Amino acid sequence: MNISVPAKDIKIELKNVHKRFGKKIVLHDLSLTIPKGKSLVVIGGSGSGKSVMLKSILGIIRPEKGSIKVDGKDVTKLSTSEREKTLRKFGMLFQNAALFDSLPVWENVAFGLIQGRNMKRKDAKEIALEKLGQVGLTTEIGDLYPAELSGGMQKRVGLARAIATDPEIIFFDEPTTGLDPIMADVINDLIVNSVQKLGATALSITHDMASARKIADYIAMIYKGEIIWAGTRDEVDNSGNEYVDQFIHGRADGPIKMDVLKP
Amino acid sequence: MNPLAIIGNVVITALGETGRLSLFTWRAVTHILRPPLYWRLIGQQMMRIGYFSLPVVALTAFFTGGVLALQIYYGSDQFNSESIVATIVALGITRELGPVLGGLMVAGRAAAAIAAELGTMRVTEQIDALSTLSTNPFKYLVVPRVIAAVITLPALVFIGDVIGIFGGFVVGTQTLDFNAGVYIKTTVDFLELDDITSGLIKSAIFGFIIAMMGCYQGFHSRGGAQGVGRATTNAVVSSSILILAANYVMTSLFFSS
Repeated sequence: MNISVPAKDIKIELKNVHKRFGKKIVLHDLSLTIPKGKSLVVIGGSGSGKSVMLKSILGIIRPEKGSIKVDGKDVTKLSTSEREKTLRKFGMLFQNAALFDSLPVWENVAFGLIQGRNMKRKDAKEIALEKLGQVGLTTEIGDLYPAELSGGMQKRVGLARAIATDPEIIFFDEPTTGLDPIMADVINDLIVNSVQKLGATALSITHDMASARKIADYIAMIYKGEIIWAGTRDEVDNSGNEYVDQFIHGRADGPIKMDVLKP
Repeated sequence: MNPLAIIGNVVITALGETGRLSLFTWRAVTHILRPPLYWRLIGQQMMRIGYFSLPVVALTAFFTGGVLALQIYYGSDQFNSESIVATIVALGITRELGPVLGGLMVAGRAAAAIAAELGTMRVTEQIDALSTLSTNPFKYLVVPRVIAAVITLPALVFIGDVIGIFGGFVVGTQTLDFNAGVYIKTTVDFLELDDITSGLIKSAIFGFIIAMMGCYQGFHSRGGAQGVGRATTNAVVSSSILILAANYVMTSLFFSS
């Protein structure tokens, strides 16, 4: 099961990726194509291998087998310095924002510009404040520390940091987890807007269907470390796949069994 | 469980840990040699690891010098003890007690702080976030701490040496009624440059051990608050033991001939 687009429109391509931790198989023969300039959302339950897949593409985790190509280059075979160069194309919003708590908000946003691109602190601060404005935060927020912000604000700062370097590819790791429904929708809107504005390729992982429907062009479902279904956003309701149906309707009964004891 | 399996398990775990630690150390050293270096961060870490450890190291050294003077006095022929006390205090502090106690005190302070900080960064994905912002976590986090510790530890220990000898001098002249002039002259006469430099070389190695163990344990912490707590404890315990072991090895190398 995969998304079919012409080879020239492929941004990221995972082929037969395997990863295990000890005896636990996390990714099992995972293949996935991410089209250029589109937003793909991977849905799946907890522990299905979503986060490991993201970290494998970023090279933070090395898979045992398979290839992961970004713009045709296999990132699993790159040297450290080449990998660092490839990572410049990426921005990422982490699940709990992962802001640096030792730095003020503006420096968090400007981090990739100052450290990664050697920009002058003054210029980087200007861009950082502009990006904070884009996610609806005032310039006063820039001088606060991450611990002084609410969860929703931290997520927005995380988003500003992810888009600060105008990346070609943006990853969103459970962008709405832990937020109230209204703030979740605010974040969804911000994601859609900023991805469109940059013309970036987006890959999100989530188990929030409302969020998936809003930000996705394509949806793929991961189950037990494998992509079991992929298609456009509108096809997800008529997938004909009982795993997908169970997941998007949130039913306890179905082919996916949870490891819980029945009362 | 089969006793052989238990032994095998222990051996495999120990070898695995040694291998991981060696690889980690190797990566740290190669990153130190490859530019660029973050000077601002090195300065910041020198303040944290070195400057803020000064009171602890100074107090430790002062009381150690004092207690050394007392014990040597009580343990020796008391009619002839003036020169013996001064000599042994000076040699004991500069060769062994200054570097080792200084190292252990900084291990308690700095290795714990490093492990807790990096451990928290690890479990909150801040270390992964560094990679996605095209910043090498090794360069940004490990290298500045290692360089800062290797530079500041000898400086701390040198100050500790002076204060330790001064501690012995205070106890000697105030409690034991030694003549101050004779005490100072004996100290200066018997103390050689090698005694001091050997201690400073030792302390540079101890600084390396402290920063490496703090960073290693922090980088490899897993599983939330408990994991960070475990990493902190491990960092202090392992760096303390390594300091004592390395001290023995270096003493036998330096003073064998």
